[in-house]
Amino acid sequence: MAEALVAKKEASSPIKFGKKEKKLLTDPLSDNNPITVQVLGICSALAVTTGMKNAAVMAVAVVLVCVGSNVITSVLRNIIPKQVRMIVQLVIIATLVTMVELVLKAVAFESYKALSVFIGLIITNCIIMGRLEAFASSNKPYESLLDGLGNGVGYGLILLIVAFFRELLGKGTIFDWKLIGATPEYLINTTESWLFGWYVNNNLFVLFPAAMFVIGIVIWVHRAWRPQLVDVS
Amino acid sequence: MELVNVFIKAAFIENLALAYFLGMCSYLAVSKTVKTAFGLGLAVIFVLGITMPINWFINVYLLGENGIFGMDLTFLRLILFIAVIASMVQLVEMVIEKFSPALYNSLGIFLPLITVNCAILGGSLFMVAGEYSFSESVAFGLGGGFGWFLAIIAIAAIREKIRYSDVPLALRGLGMAFLLTGLMGMAFMGLMGIDPAAF
Repeated sequence: MAEALVAKKEASSPIKFGKKEKKLLTDPLSDNNPITVQVLGICSALAVTTGMKNAAVMAVAVVLVCVGSNVITSVLRNIIPKQVRMIVQLVIIATLVTMVELVLKAVAFESYKALSVFIGLIITNCIIMGRLEAFASSNKPYESLLDGLGNGVGYGLILLIVAFFRELLGKGTIFDWKLIGATPEYLINTTESWLFGWYVNNNLFVLFPAAMFVIGIVIWVHRAWRPQLVDVS
Repeated sequence: MELVNVFIKAAFIENLALAYFLGMCSYLAVSKTVKTAFGLGLAVIFVLGITMPINWFINVYLLGENGIFGMDLTFLRLILFIAVIASMVQLVEMVIEKFSPALYNSLGIFLPLITVNCAILGGSLFMVAGEYSFSESVAFGLGGGFGWFLAIIAIAAIREKIRYSDVPLALRGLGMAFLLTGLMGMAFMGLMGIDPAAF
Protein backbone atom coordinates (compact mmCIF):
# COMPACT_ATOMS: atom_id res chain seq x y z
CA MET A 1 0.00 0.00 0.00
CA ALA A 2 2.72 2.39 1.00
CA GLU A 3 4.67 1.46 -2.10
CA ALA A 4 1.67 2.16 -4.28
CA LEU A 5 1.30 5.56 -2.65
CA VAL A 6 4.95 6.40 -3.25
CA ALA A 7 4.68 5.26 -6.84
CA LYS A 8 1.62 7.43 -7.31
CA LYS A 9 3.35 10.41 -5.76
CA GLU A 10 6.33 9.96 -8.02
CA ALA A 11 4.13 9.65 -11.07
CA SER A 12 2.20 12.79 -10.18
CA SER A 13 5.35 14.96 -10.26
CA PRO A 14 7.26 13.84 -13.33
CA ILE A 15 9.45 16.95 -13.57
CA LYS A 16 12.04 16.69 -10.85
CA PHE A 17 15.76 16.58 -10.73
CA GLY A 18 16.95 14.29 -7.98
CA LYS A 19 19.95 12.02 -7.68
CA LYS A 20 18.56 9.45 -10.10
CA GLU A 21 17.92 12.03 -12.79
CA LYS A 22 21.36 13.53 -12.35
CA LYS A 23 22.86 10.08 -12.72
CA LEU A 24 20.92 9.53 -15.96
CA LEU A 25 22.37 12.76 -17.30
CA THR A 26 25.98 12.46 -16.16
CA ASP A 27 26.56 8.72 -16.43
CA PRO A 28 26.87 8.69 -20.23
CA LEU A 29 29.48 11.45 -20.07
CA SER A 30 32.07 9.17 -18.53
CA ASP A 31 31.13 5.91 -16.80
CA ASN A 32 28.64 4.78 -19.42
CA ASN A 33 29.95 6.69 -22.42
CA PRO A 34 28.29 5.60 -25.68
CA ILE A 35 31.57 5.29 -27.60
CA THR A 36 34.18 4.20 -25.08
CA VAL A 37 32.02 1.95 -22.88
CA GLN A 38 28.85 0.97 -24.74
CA VAL A 39 30.65 0.75 -28.13
CA LEU A 40 27.86 2.41 -30.10
CA GLY A 41 28.16 4.84 -32.98
CA ILE A 42 31.72 3.99 -33.99
CA CYS A 43 31.18 4.24 -37.74
CA SER A 44 30.13 7.88 -37.71
CA ALA A 45 32.83 8.64 -35.16
CA LEU A 46 35.35 7.37 -37.71
CA ALA A 47 33.83 9.20 -40.65
CA VAL A 48 33.26 12.75 -39.38
CA THR A 49 36.26 13.24 -37.12
CA THR A 50 38.71 14.39 -39.78
CA GLY A 51 37.91 17.99 -38.75
CA MET A 52 36.67 19.75 -35.61
CA LYS A 53 34.01 21.72 -37.47
CA ASN A 54 32.31 18.67 -38.97
CA ALA A 55 32.52 16.89 -35.64
CA ALA A 56 30.88 19.81 -33.81
CA VAL A 57 27.96 20.09 -36.25
CA MET A 58 27.52 16.31 -36.19
CA ALA A 59 27.52 16.31 -32.37
CA VAL A 60 24.75 18.94 -32.22
CA ALA A 61 22.69 17.06 -34.81
CA VAL A 62 23.04 13.77 -32.94
CA VAL A 63 22.04 15.38 -29.62
CA LEU A 64 18.87 16.78 -31.22
CA VAL A 65 17.90 13.52 -32.95
CA CYS A 66 18.76 11.42 -29.89
CA VAL A 67 16.62 13.54 -27.53
CA GLY A 68 13.74 13.80 -29.99
CA SER A 69 13.56 10.13 -30.92
CA ASN A 70 13.96 9.04 -27.29
CA VAL A 71 11.01 11.19 -26.18
CA ILE A 72 8.77 10.17 -29.09
CA THR A 73 9.51 6.45 -28.70
CA SER A 74 8.98 6.68 -24.97
CA VAL A 75 5.58 8.34 -25.43
CA LEU A 76 4.54 5.68 -27.94
CA ARG A 77 6.18 2.76 -26.11
CA ASN A 78 2.93 1.09 -25.05
CA ILE A 79 1.30 1.42 -28.47
CA ILE A 80 4.08 0.01 -30.68
CA PRO A 81 3.71 -3.77 -31.19
CA LYS A 82 6.90 -5.67 -30.43
CA GLN A 83 7.10 -7.34 -33.84
CA VAL A 84 7.29 -4.13 -35.86
CA ARG A 85 9.09 -1.94 -33.33
CA MET A 86 12.30 -1.60 -35.35
CA ILE A 87 10.49 -0.32 -38.40
CA VAL A 88 8.54 2.19 -36.30
CA GLN A 89 11.73 3.33 -34.57
CA LEU A 90 13.51 3.76 -37.87
CA VAL A 91 10.64 5.82 -39.26
CA ILE A 92 10.81 8.08 -36.18
CA ILE A 93 14.59 8.45 -36.55
CA ALA A 94 14.42 9.01 -40.31
CA THR A 95 11.77 11.71 -39.88
CA LEU A 96 13.81 13.54 -37.25
CA VAL A 97 16.98 13.26 -39.31
CA THR A 98 15.21 14.74 -42.32
CA MET A 99 13.98 17.61 -40.13
CA VAL A 100 17.46 18.28 -38.78
CA GLU A 101 18.81 18.18 -42.31
CA LEU A 102 16.26 20.74 -43.53
CA VAL A 103 16.84 23.04 -40.54
CA LEU A 104 20.60 22.85 -41.08
CA LYS A 105 20.11 23.63 -44.75
CA ALA A 106 18.17 26.77 -43.82
CA VAL A 107 20.36 27.95 -40.92
CA ALA A 108 23.91 26.91 -41.78
CA PHE A 109 24.17 26.18 -45.47
CA GLU A 110 27.97 25.96 -45.49
CA SER A 111 28.03 23.20 -42.87
CA TYR A 112 25.15 21.48 -44.59
CA LYS A 113 27.12 21.27 -47.82
CA ALA A 114 30.17 19.90 -46.03
CA LEU A 115 28.18 17.33 -44.06
CA SER A 116 25.20 16.41 -46.23
CA VAL A 117 26.06 12.70 -46.56
CA PHE A 118 26.94 12.27 -42.91
CA ILE A 119 23.74 13.86 -41.65
CA GLY A 120 21.87 11.16 -43.57
CA LEU A 121 24.10 8.60 -41.91
CA ILE A 122 22.65 9.54 -38.49
CA ILE A 123 19.83 7.16 -39.48
CA THR A 124 22.28 4.28 -39.22
CA ASN A 125 23.99 5.65 -36.12
CA CYS A 126 23.59 2.87 -33.62
CA ILE A 127 23.64 5.17 -30.57
CA ILE A 128 20.19 6.43 -31.38
CA MET A 129 18.67 3.05 -32.16
CA GLY A 130 20.61 1.51 -29.26
CA ARG A 131 19.20 3.97 -26.74
CA LEU A 132 15.69 3.49 -28.13
CA GLU A 133 16.00 -0.27 -27.71
CA ALA A 134 17.78 -0.25 -24.37
CA PHE A 135 16.14 2.68 -22.60
CA ALA A 136 13.34 4.65 -24.21
CA SER A 137 11.18 1.63 -25.10
CA SER A 138 10.78 0.79 -21.40
CA ASN A 139 11.02 4.11 -19.57
CA LYS A 140 8.99 7.28 -19.03
CA PRO A 141 9.35 10.28 -21.39
CA TYR A 142 11.09 12.60 -18.92
CA GLU A 143 13.77 10.06 -18.00
CA SER A 144 14.19 9.22 -21.68
CA LEU A 145 14.75 12.90 -22.42
CA LEU A 146 17.57 13.05 -19.86
CA ASP A 147 19.04 9.80 -21.14
CA GLY A 148 18.97 11.03 -24.73
CA LEU A 149 20.59 14.33 -23.76
CA GLY A 150 23.30 12.63 -21.73
CA ASN A 151 24.15 10.11 -24.42
CA GLY A 152 24.16 12.69 -27.18
CA VAL A 153 26.51 14.94 -25.24
CA GLY A 154 28.73 12.03 -24.21
CA TYR A 155 29.02 11.02 -27.86
CA GLY A 156 29.78 14.58 -28.95
CA LEU A 157 32.48 14.89 -26.31
CA ILE A 158 34.45 11.90 -27.62
CA LEU A 159 33.86 13.06 -31.19
CA LEU A 160 35.47 16.42 -30.42
CA ILE A 161 38.43 14.84 -28.59
CA VAL A 162 39.15 12.47 -31.49
CA ALA A 163 38.65 15.19 -34.09
CA PHE A 164 41.04 17.47 -32.18
CA PHE A 165 43.94 15.02 -32.50
CA ARG A 166 43.12 13.93 -36.04
CA GLU A 167 42.81 17.48 -37.35
CA LEU A 168 45.81 18.76 -35.42
CA LEU A 169 48.18 15.96 -36.44
CA GLY A 170 46.70 15.26 -39.87
CA LYS A 171 46.18 18.79 -41.20
CA GLY A 172 47.94 20.95 -38.62
CA THR A 173 44.79 23.00 -38.03
CA ILE A 174 42.06 23.41 -35.40
CA PHE A 175 38.66 24.57 -36.68
CA ASP A 176 40.44 25.21 -40.00
CA TRP A 177 42.80 27.63 -38.21
CA LYS A 178 46.46 26.88 -38.89
CA LEU A 179 48.17 25.96 -35.64
CA ILE A 180 51.21 23.80 -36.38
CA GLY A 181 53.08 22.82 -39.52
CA ALA A 182 54.71 24.82 -42.26
CA THR A 183 52.77 27.75 -43.72
CA PRO A 184 53.68 29.15 -47.19
CA GLU A 185 55.38 32.11 -45.45
CA TYR A 186 57.49 29.76 -43.37
CA LEU A 187 58.63 27.87 -46.44
CA ILE A 188 59.83 31.11 -48.04
CA ASN A 189 61.53 32.45 -44.92
CA THR A 190 62.41 29.71 -42.44
CA THR A 191 63.79 32.19 -39.91
CA GLU A 192 60.31 33.47 -39.19
CA SER A 193 59.32 32.65 -35.63
CA TRP A 194 56.53 30.22 -36.43
CA LEU A 195 55.95 27.68 -33.72
CA PHE A 196 56.26 24.05 -34.87
CA GLY A 197 57.06 25.16 -38.40
CA TRP A 198 59.15 22.02 -38.78
CA TYR A 199 56.10 19.79 -38.37
CA VAL A 200 55.11 17.83 -41.47
CA ASN A 201 51.46 16.80 -41.63
CA ASN A 202 50.99 13.11 -40.98
CA ASN A 203 48.46 12.02 -43.59
CA LEU A 204 47.85 8.73 -41.83
CA PHE A 205 45.72 10.67 -39.36
CA VAL A 206 43.26 11.60 -42.10
CA LEU A 207 42.73 7.93 -42.97
CA PHE A 208 40.43 5.54 -41.14
CA PRO A 209 42.96 3.37 -39.25
CA ALA A 210 44.23 6.42 -37.37
CA ALA A 211 40.73 7.01 -36.01
CA MET A 212 40.82 3.50 -34.56
CA PHE A 213 44.19 4.22 -32.94
CA VAL A 214 43.04 7.55 -31.49
CA ILE A 215 39.82 6.08 -30.08
CA GLY A 216 41.80 3.12 -28.72
CA ILE A 217 44.16 5.47 -26.91
CA VAL A 218 41.23 7.57 -25.62
CA ILE A 219 39.77 4.35 -24.17
CA TRP A 220 43.14 3.49 -22.64
CA VAL A 221 43.44 6.87 -20.92
CA HIS A 222 39.79 6.81 -19.84
CA ARG A 223 40.11 3.37 -18.26
CA ALA A 224 43.38 4.18 -16.60
CA TRP A 225 41.56 7.12 -15.00
CA ARG A 226 38.44 5.10 -14.05
CA PRO A 227 39.77 1.61 -13.17
CA GLN A 228 36.26 0.28 -12.44
CA LEU A 229 35.58 0.30 -16.19
CA VAL A 230 38.41 -2.12 -16.96
CA ASP A 231 37.00 -5.18 -18.61
CA VAL A 232 39.01 -8.19 -17.53
CA SER A 233 37.45 -10.75 -19.84
CA MET B 1 33.70 -16.44 -63.73
CA GLU B 2 32.57 -12.84 -63.58
CA LEU B 3 30.50 -13.69 -60.51
CA VAL B 4 33.48 -15.27 -58.78
CA ASN B 5 35.43 -12.08 -59.44
CA VAL B 6 32.70 -9.96 -57.88
CA PHE B 7 32.55 -12.29 -54.88
CA ILE B 8 36.34 -12.20 -54.29
CA LYS B 9 36.47 -8.46 -54.76
CA ALA B 10 33.63 -7.88 -52.30
CA ALA B 11 35.08 -10.30 -49.75
CA PHE B 12 38.72 -9.28 -49.74
CA ILE B 13 39.60 -6.14 -51.67
CA GLU B 14 36.59 -4.09 -50.69
CA ASN B 15 36.17 -5.74 -47.31
CA LEU B 16 33.29 -3.92 -45.63
CA ALA B 17 34.75 -4.16 -42.14
CA LEU B 18 38.47 -3.64 -42.66
CA ALA B 19 38.67 -1.52 -45.81
CA TYR B 20 35.62 0.70 -45.33
CA PHE B 21 35.24 0.34 -41.55
CA LEU B 22 31.52 -0.27 -41.80
CA GLY B 23 29.54 -2.11 -39.15
CA MET B 24 32.16 -1.37 -36.52
CA CYS B 25 29.87 -1.23 -33.48
CA SER B 26 28.71 -4.81 -33.58
CA TYR B 27 32.12 -5.87 -34.93
CA LEU B 28 33.87 -4.60 -31.81
CA ALA B 29 31.22 -5.49 -29.28
CA VAL B 30 30.43 -9.07 -30.32
CA SER B 31 33.99 -10.19 -31.08
CA LYS B 32 34.88 -11.26 -27.54
CA THR B 33 34.59 -14.96 -28.35
CA VAL B 34 34.73 -16.81 -31.65
CA LYS B 35 31.41 -18.50 -30.91
CA THR B 36 29.25 -15.37 -30.73
CA ALA B 37 31.24 -13.78 -33.56
CA PHE B 38 30.41 -16.82 -35.68
CA GLY B 39 26.68 -16.41 -35.00
CA LEU B 40 26.63 -12.72 -35.78
CA GLY B 41 28.76 -13.25 -38.89
CA LEU B 42 26.30 -15.82 -40.21
CA ALA B 43 23.38 -13.46 -39.48
CA VAL B 44 25.13 -10.67 -41.40
CA ILE B 45 25.82 -12.95 -44.40
CA PHE B 46 22.18 -13.95 -44.37
CA VAL B 47 20.80 -10.41 -44.09
CA LEU B 48 23.20 -9.03 -46.72
CA GLY B 49 22.49 -11.93 -49.08
CA ILE B 50 18.73 -11.37 -48.82
CA THR B 51 18.52 -7.58 -48.75
CA MET B 52 20.89 -7.03 -51.64
CA PRO B 53 18.72 -8.69 -54.35
CA ILE B 54 15.54 -7.13 -52.90
CA ASN B 55 17.13 -3.71 -52.89
CA TRP B 56 18.35 -4.35 -56.44
CA PHE B 57 14.76 -4.94 -57.53
CA ILE B 58 13.59 -1.84 -55.67
CA ASN B 59 16.33 0.27 -57.15
CA VAL B 60 15.76 -0.86 -60.72
CA TYR B 61 12.03 -1.50 -60.95
CA LEU B 62 10.59 1.00 -58.46
CA LEU B 63 13.00 3.90 -58.33
CA GLY B 64 14.65 3.87 -61.75
CA GLU B 65 13.45 5.85 -64.76
CA ASN B 66 12.46 2.62 -66.52
CA GLY B 67 10.58 1.35 -63.47
CA ILE B 68 6.83 1.03 -63.02
CA PHE B 69 6.39 4.69 -62.03
CA GLY B 70 8.37 5.83 -65.04
CA MET B 71 10.19 8.58 -63.15
CA ASP B 72 13.33 9.15 -61.17
CA LEU B 73 12.46 8.45 -57.54
CA THR B 74 16.01 7.93 -56.27
CA PHE B 75 15.50 10.43 -53.43
CA LEU B 76 13.40 7.73 -51.76
CA ARG B 77 16.26 5.23 -51.96
CA LEU B 78 17.61 5.60 -48.43
CA ILE B 79 14.29 5.25 -46.67
CA LEU B 80 13.12 2.27 -48.79
CA PHE B 81 16.43 0.44 -48.35
CA ILE B 82 16.24 0.97 -44.59
CA ALA B 83 12.67 -0.30 -44.52
CA VAL B 84 13.65 -3.49 -46.38
CA ILE B 85 16.63 -4.04 -44.08
CA ALA B 86 14.56 -3.44 -40.95
CA SER B 87 11.91 -5.93 -41.96
CA MET B 88 14.50 -8.56 -42.92
CA VAL B 89 16.33 -8.16 -39.60
CA GLN B 90 13.07 -8.45 -37.73
CA LEU B 91 12.48 -11.71 -39.62
CA VAL B 92 15.94 -13.03 -38.79
CA GLU B 93 15.40 -12.09 -35.14
CA MET B 94 12.16 -14.05 -34.96
CA VAL B 95 13.77 -17.09 -36.63
CA ILE B 96 16.79 -17.10 -34.31
CA GLU B 97 14.63 -16.56 -31.23
CA LYS B 98 12.56 -19.57 -32.25
CA PHE B 99 15.34 -21.98 -33.22
CA SER B 100 18.31 -21.00 -31.07
CA PRO B 101 17.40 -19.14 -27.86
CA ALA B 102 20.99 -19.46 -26.60
CA LEU B 103 22.39 -17.62 -29.62
CA TYR B 104 19.52 -15.13 -29.32
CA ASN B 105 20.47 -14.33 -25.73
CA SER B 106 24.19 -14.06 -26.41
CA LEU B 107 23.65 -11.67 -29.32
CA GLY B 108 21.44 -9.50 -27.11
CA ILE B 109 20.96 -5.96 -28.34
CA PHE B 110 23.27 -6.47 -31.31
CA LEU B 111 20.74 -8.47 -33.25
CA PRO B 112 18.29 -5.57 -33.67
CA LEU B 113 21.34 -3.41 -34.23
CA ILE B 114 22.12 -5.29 -37.47
CA THR B 115 19.40 -3.00 -38.82
CA VAL B 116 21.62 -0.02 -38.18
CA ASN B 117 24.76 -1.98 -39.00
CA CYS B 118 26.10 0.37 -41.62
CA ALA B 119 27.67 -2.58 -43.44
CA ILE B 120 24.20 -3.63 -44.60
CA LEU B 121 23.02 -0.21 -45.79
CA GLY B 122 26.51 0.61 -47.05
CA GLY B 123 26.58 -2.66 -49.02
CA SER B 124 23.31 -1.76 -50.72
CA LEU B 125 24.59 1.71 -51.56
CA PHE B 126 27.84 0.28 -52.96
CA MET B 127 25.73 -2.11 -55.02
CA VAL B 128 23.92 0.89 -56.51
CA ALA B 129 27.17 2.74 -57.11
CA GLY B 130 28.77 -0.30 -58.75
CA GLU B 131 25.86 -0.71 -61.22
CA TYR B 132 25.80 -4.48 -60.81
CA SER B 133 23.42 -6.80 -62.64
CA PHE B 134 21.03 -8.97 -60.65
CA SER B 135 23.25 -12.05 -60.39
CA GLU B 136 26.26 -9.85 -59.65
CA SER B 137 24.37 -8.13 -56.85
CA VAL B 138 23.67 -11.52 -55.26
CA ALA B 139 27.37 -12.40 -55.50
CA PHE B 140 28.30 -8.96 -54.14
CA GLY B 141 25.94 -9.36 -51.19
CA LEU B 142 27.18 -12.83 -50.29
CA GLY B 143 30.82 -11.80 -50.84
CA GLY B 144 30.45 -8.69 -48.70
CA GLY B 145 28.82 -10.72 -45.96
CA PHE B 146 31.52 -13.38 -46.20
CA GLY B 147 34.26 -10.75 -45.94
CA TRP B 148 32.63 -9.24 -42.87
CA PHE B 149 32.22 -12.74 -41.40
CA LEU B 150 35.94 -13.48 -41.94
CA ALA B 151 36.94 -10.14 -40.42
CA ILE B 152 34.92 -10.64 -37.25
CA ILE B 153 36.15 -14.24 -36.88
CA ALA B 154 39.74 -13.02 -37.31
CA ILE B 155 39.50 -10.32 -34.66
CA ALA B 156 37.62 -12.63 -32.29
CA ALA B 157 40.36 -15.25 -32.62
CA ILE B 158 43.07 -12.65 -32.01
CA ARG B 159 41.18 -11.33 -28.99
CA GLU B 160 40.84 -14.84 -27.58
CA LYS B 161 44.59 -15.40 -27.93
CA ILE B 162 45.64 -11.98 -26.69
CA ARG B 163 43.99 -12.72 -23.37
CA TYR B 164 47.17 -14.65 -22.50
CA SER B 165 49.41 -11.70 -23.28
CA ASP B 166 50.58 -9.08 -20.85
CA VAL B 167 48.51 -6.15 -22.09
CA PRO B 168 48.36 -3.04 -19.84
CA LEU B 169 45.33 -3.41 -17.60
CA ALA B 170 43.44 -0.37 -18.88
CA LEU B 171 44.00 -1.36 -22.49
CA ARG B 172 42.58 -4.86 -22.10
CA GLY B 173 39.43 -5.73 -24.01
CA LEU B 174 37.97 -2.87 -25.95
CA GLY B 175 41.02 -0.62 -26.18
CA MET B 176 43.16 -3.41 -27.58
CA ALA B 177 40.40 -4.35 -30.03
CA PHE B 178 40.47 -0.81 -31.43
CA LEU B 179 44.25 -0.85 -31.89
CA LEU B 180 44.11 -4.32 -33.49
CA THR B 181 41.40 -3.24 -35.90
CA GLY B 182 43.45 -0.22 -36.87
CA LEU B 183 46.44 -2.44 -37.63
CA MET B 184 44.33 -4.93 -39.59
CA GLY B 185 42.82 -2.03 -41.50
CA MET B 186 46.29 -0.77 -42.43
CA ALA B 187 47.12 -4.24 -43.73
CA PHE B 188 43.95 -4.29 -45.82
CA MET B 189 44.81 -0.88 -47.26
CA GLY B 190 47.69 -2.71 -48.94
CA LEU B 191 45.20 -4.94 -50.78
CA MET B 192 43.24 -1.94 -52.02
CA GLY B 193 46.33 -0.09 -53.08
CA ILE B 194 46.95 3.12 -51.19
CA ASP B 195 44.84 5.87 -52.63
CA PRO B 196 47.21 8.50 -54.04
CA ALA B 197 44.49 11.12 -53.66
CA ALA B 198 44.83 10.85 -49.89
CA PHE B 199 48.39 12.12 -50.02
